[in-house]
Amino acid sequence: MQRHLISAADLTRDDAVLILDTAEEMARVADRPIKKLPTLRGRTVVNLFFEDSTRTRISFEAAEKRLSADVINFSAKGSSVSKGESLKDTAQTLEAMGVDAVVIRHGASGAPYRLATSGWIDAHVINAGDGTHQHPTQALLDAFTMRRRLVGRDAGLGRDLDGRRITIVGDVLHSRVARSNVDLLHTLGAEVTLVAPPTLVPVGVETWPCEVSYDLDAVLPKSDAVMMLRVQRERMNAAFFPTEREYSRRYGLDGDRMARMPEHAIVMHPGPMVRGMEITAEVADSDRCTVVEQVANGVSIRMAVLYLLLGGNEPAVTHTRTEEK
Amino acid sequence: MSKTLIRGAKVLGGEPQDVLIDGGTIAEVGTGLSAEGAEVVEAGGKVLLPGLVDLHTHLREPGREDSETVLTGTRAAASGGYTAVFAMANTFPVADTAGVVEQVYRLGQEHGYCDVQPIGAVTVGLEGRKLAELGAMHESAAGVTVFSDDGKCVDDAVIMRRALEYVKAFGGVVAQHAQEPRLTEGAQMNEGVVSAELGLGGWPAVAEESIIARDVLLAEHVGSRVHICHLSTAGSVEIVRWAKSRGIDVTAEVTPHHLLLTDELVRTYNPVYKVNPPLRTERDVLALREALADGTIDIVATDHAPHPHEDKDCEWAAAAMGMVGLETALSVVQETMVDTGLLTWAGVAERMSVKPAEIGQAKGHGRPVSAGEPANLTLVDTAYRGSVDPAGFASRSRNTPYEGRELPGRVTHTWLRGKATLVDGKLT
Repeated sequence: MQRHLISAADLTRDDAVLILDTAEEMARVADRPIKKLPTLRGRTVVNLFFEDSTRTRISFEAAEKRLSADVINFSAKGSSVSKGESLKDTAQTLEAMGVDAVVIRHGASGAPYRLATSGWIDAHVINAGDGTHQHPTQALLDAFTMRRRLVGRDAGLGRDLDGRRITIVGDVLHSRVARSNVDLLHTLGAEVTLVAPPTLVPVGVETWPCEVSYDLDAVLPKSDAVMMLRVQRERMNAAFFPTEREYSRRYGLDGDRMARMPEHAIVMHPGPMVRGMEITAEVADSDRCTVVEQVANGVSIRMAVLYLLLGGNEPAVTHTRTEEK
Repeated sequence: MSKTLIRGAKVLGGEPQDVLIDGGTIAEVGTGLSAEGAEVVEAGGKVLLPGLVDLHTHLREPGREDSETVLTGTRAAASGGYTAVFAMANTFPVADTAGVVEQVYRLGQEHGYCDVQPIGAVTVGLEGRKLAELGAMHESAAGVTVFSDDGKCVDDAVIMRRALEYVKAFGGVVAQHAQEPRLTEGAQMNEGVVSAELGLGGWPAVAEESIIARDVLLAEHVGSRVHICHLSTAGSVEIVRWAKSRGIDVTAEVTPHHLLLTDELVRTYNPVYKVNPPLRTERDVLALREALADGTIDIVATDHAPHPHEDKDCEWAAAAMGMVGLETALSVVQETMVDTGLLTWAGVAERMSVKPAEIGQAKGHGRPVSAGEPANLTLVDTAYRGSVDPAGFASRSRNTPYEGRELPGRVTHTWLRGKATLVDGKLT
């Protein structure tokens, strides 16, 4: 493992499988009456959020607290940042207070990379989403969810997603989730297909390790998992698609389309969902949809990442495995 | 008047000769010239060129003296072998009146390191709506002949047409910063494979090419000449090549950085590589070199764009666009064009002195190295190789993309009308 987690592309297959396996161990902590490990006692983690994202921040915070870290939440709104302080000064101020790791969410692509590589600070840097670049813990929790559902909770240990067919649908152009997933799923041996209107696929996508299709109906029967991305309504004002209705008709997932998926196939969404846009309520609320599981798995994955980056060599959890139900 | 004898210099890279400067003029060029009464500079096989002329410099004064002033910028120019620079109009206030251009011109004259020829804005406040008083700027003491809204594109086709027509009355030229604004909203880097991966807003080649195509057609229609600033793509080269073959009066410049660097460097997210137009691909770089060699691109211009440290010591999206270039330009051209065999030193002189002086009508610059001509000269140690150390720059800013990079060539002497502005690599 490297010192930082900036991009899903930085992870080797073995790194990624280790994180997923460690997350399974962490998940078992959630089944205990006391959901806490002493691993990061005395370590300080700051959640440095320049963009609003309550769900990601809470997920990291829960993970940090379950590992007994001291947690500082820093939101750029109403702070010195809104008065013009630079990223560098903010980070150095926090480090001077004795921070061991910085979990950063930033609107500018590359901001976590700059923080990790510019010699500004020594702390570990974990990317919690940067611009339209990367969101590696999201990709890890998605892969974790897929492995559990498609391979098995215990059967999946030590294994990757070899040969699984994953379809990612929606605003790929503006999506750090799509970029992270393409990188990680490819590393884990899955076959990825992106489906979107051509306006929402980046120029240069041809070098990505995936297929691109404009036809959702053709791809659905060949998918083991279908991940729907959020599509912001404002995009239609910039002529990415004509109307909300036309988008839904061509690229939204409704009950009829879901019925064309193989029986074992799951529906995923990184949240927040725009019901009626990319996904209907019928699909979102069906038991094939893993949205809520993804949230729970997010905490386990973030515990695993924090533990592996910060925790050293001690085993995270010492008890034996519970059997799969 | 003082005399200087430059002994054993390869004039334009040819056989070693002696050059005698008397006052502000070249008195004699030959072999075995007498050193009597003259200070002697032993050239020892260094290459002597006419003083370089930069058609595209940002001196930042007035308004952004924290990044550069006319004094620091012209010292940087002398260090890089330049004897004349054209100062872009995007200052604060904008150089859109006779008053501002005269101020910049006068500062250059007072400091005496390098002639400063102000460029006037095409439109008031660079806003693209209303023509600035182009005639008044031309008639002023600054004698403006080049007009540009550089930093912004004159994107309104009617305004561009009128500007092209209007400056014909006094032989001016419009230098276009070709960037279709709607196609480049939120643009952060070249649009392509790398931007797709990095998640940075794309600046597509077509945003440059479509404006160049329009402007060469406009120039043809109204019978004007047009100059294209910092051409950066292979497609732009094809359009300019086509326009020239059709007889359209178009000239074009390329920056040193677009001859050497590619968008792969953006993977570092280090804003020192953030520039407008953005670094392009290897294919573009090779096309630009070829076009500069075959004359499709007429000149090298630096687009020297100083920025204070804090404007680059930040995340990519927050950083300013631009690189300093005056003090490294000749080295980059040697690396990319001379050492690759694409250009001779005579070819370099043509593209970095003769032609830019001609396009901008800089009197007394870009002249032959021969008796009776003004002694604007640059002596280059072409055998030198060394790594770039921004700490040694004369520019007030350090935003160079070449820090630590080994480059060939070093300017050791510069003379402005016979007066040494640089001696043994040190400013006078």
